[in-house]
Amino acid sequence: MAKPIDSALFPGDFPRCSLLKFLIWLSFWGVLFLAGIYAAYVVFANGLGMTGLTNYFAFGLYITFDLAVIALGAGAFFSGLLRYILNMDELKNIINLAVIGGFFCYSGAMLILTMELGQPLRAWFGFWHPNVHSMLTEVIFCISCYLLVLTIEYVPLIMEQKHLNKVPFLHNFAHNMHIFMPLFAGIGAFLSTFHQGSLGGMYGVMFARPFVFREGFFIWPWTFFLFVMSAAAVGPCFTTLICKCIELASGRQMTTWKVKQLMGKISGTMLSLYLFFKLIDTYNWAVNLLPTLGETYEQMFHGLVYGQWLFWLELGVCGVIPAVILLMKPLRNNHTLFWTACILACVGISLNRYTVTVQGLAAPVMPFDVWRVYTPRWTEILPSIMVLAYGVIIVSLSYRYLPVFPQEKELNQAPAEG
Amino acid sequence: MSEHKNFRIRWGMAIDLDKCTGCGACVVSCQVENNNAPLVDASDKERIVNWLTVYRLENGKSFPDAEVAYLPRPCMQCGNPSCVPVCPVVATDKNEEGGIVSQIYPRCIGCRYCMAACPYHVRVFNWFDPVWPKGMEKTLTPFTSTRPRGVVEKCNFCHQRWDMAKEKARKDGTDPMDLPEGAYVPACVETCPTGALVFGDLNNKDHKVSQLAHGPHARRLLERLGGDPQVYYISRRDWVLDLLDNHLAGEAGHGKAEGGHHG
Ligand code: SF4
Ligand code: SF4
Repeated sequence: MAKPIDSALFPGDFPRCSLLKFLIWLSFWGVLFLAGIYAAYVVFANGLGMTGLTNYFAFGLYITFDLAVIALGAGAFFSGLLRYILNMDELKNIINLAVIGGFFCYSGAMLILTMELGQPLRAWFGFWHPNVHSMLTEVIFCISCYLLVLTIEYVPLIMEQKHLNKVPFLHNFAHNMHIFMPLFAGIGAFLSTFHQGSLGGMYGVMFARPFVFREGFFIWPWTFFLFVMSAAAVGPCFTTLICKCIELASGRQMTTWKVKQLMGKISGTMLSLYLFFKLIDTYNWAVNLLPTLGETYEQMFHGLVYGQWLFWLELGVCGVIPAVILLMKPLRNNHTLFWTACILACVGISLNRYTVTVQGLAAPVMPFDVWRVYTPRWTEILPSIMVLAYGVIIVSLSYRYLPVFPQEKELNQAPAEG
Repeated sequence: MSEHKNFRIRWGMAIDLDKCTGCGACVVSCQVENNNAPLVDASDKERIVNWLTVYRLENGKSFPDAEVAYLPRPCMQCGNPSCVPVCPVVATDKNEEGGIVSQIYPRCIGCRYCMAACPYHVRVFNWFDPVWPKGMEKTLTPFTSTRPRGVVEKCNFCHQRWDMAKEKARKDGTDPMDLPEGAYVPACVETCPTGALVFGDLNNKDHKVSQLAHGPHARRLLERLGGDPQVYYISRRDWVLDLLDNHLAGEAGHGKAEGGHHG
């Protein structure tokens, strides 16, 4: 078969699909991306009144989506921490993908965040007039700085592109950056831990919102720690799922089953830890905290849209079940169960971010207030799809042209394992 | 999170729910006094920029026992506001003498975290560019700023009227920090035809509001949440007072009334 015309740019001498096929693939996602850009234009030009947000639902899909992708993108910080700081050598085979995943999740979240602000041109006020008491200030600081760290981690990979790497300066630059990577991984882990936590803390400190309010440990509400743990739990799952998607799309194997199992085991451990504390926290909230606010657990749910099924789906089906599968080796080793668990875990955490954001505001606090239903509009849905499309484009380009997977060559010469 | 501050003057309001007829005069006067732009689509109640809302309370009984009360809801100017500590840019603060929670429009980035934190739905957002119908822009008061799209705004007890009262006191040679009762009243209080709204210094025992706030019929909205509101509601009807806070079954105060919506 003739080589694709851009084959000179491929990493090593790995086969890739034809350029035409690749361009058709990119165009599909490109169209979705542009649709999101159009929605963004409509919102920027006419204001947030074009969305489904209201005075009642100050937060909606934008924030839910941001929180979810930031949690899923946590694979970068947590895998980086384990790889560079705790020296889990096996992770070197997937760390590049974790960084790319983290990069697109965070940069995508930043795109949505600018739309989320009523005054996007004043976004820098967070640095200029910071309120040190606000968890959101910490989020603004850490997310911006962490995106910088992720960029610093991504750049050496770009410089390792076959032709760029022939330039001595770029080669040496990338090499030196690699030497400092443990330092960046450390800074990244620190920043990421804090903003993941602060995103949770943002809700926990809302003492007048019984659905989300949690007292805590010094200045931190429990949600601070729960968000950190849950992000660390689903990050590796999400990275492994991206890897699986690339394998399905390319028909080639990228990492060994052993590496995937290791990622699954890390997720399983963190997910179990998270659920242990989350269940204690939820019990305490329902039995002790809510009554002090004059409310009951049942009053926190309503009808079908905000029904208790969400609670059981999040903590049971998408919590305990994947945690058990990922923690127990015989179950984890079963392919179907493994991938089901990874998907469920990611859905569960996204659902958690939805309930704290939307259900937390929908639950009436004044006794004579009523439940309202929030429905996102196309101006919110399309930008979310835009970020997904943006992620696919970044991952596709990286996979095609950059040496993302160190094991790709060896795995696809020998008969596929597992 | 935020430390509780003490102020020499603590402006507050007492609203007699037995006197309020739900006429809405306070809503209109607030809107006019504070240059709130009317909505192009008036049916879009959830994006309205009114600072004052009148809620309708029902006792949940059927005729002939059915009773109704109307509850005007300005900003509670909470002593321990849930909205202030969350703002990332200090656009809202409770720092100034008088104990009013301020809002700096040119500083607000429009993140709406404060709206999410306030359980009273006091804060409103400028979802669209404000537009005044032709001719109506001439009625804008020069004493209040107009706000652009994308910022959060809320009731501030017609703060500009306090500034004017202080100026007048200085001109008259009296102490601007010891205004006589009635020297400073917000627009809603001035307009209320039944005198249901009473305004003054909660720290001043001579002010009627202070006496009403400490009276046997006073209760505050969501008192147990700990926001320490500076607005007191007065009623001699138990079911009305009970509806001001959440109660567990079996606790003094019982359940919730049916419905309830913006008036
Ligand atoms: S009523 Fe709401 S907006 Fe007003 S001070 Fe209290 S928390 Fe803030
Ligand atoms: S919307 Fe404005 S006032 Fe409210 S928290 Fe954000 S910046 Fe502060």
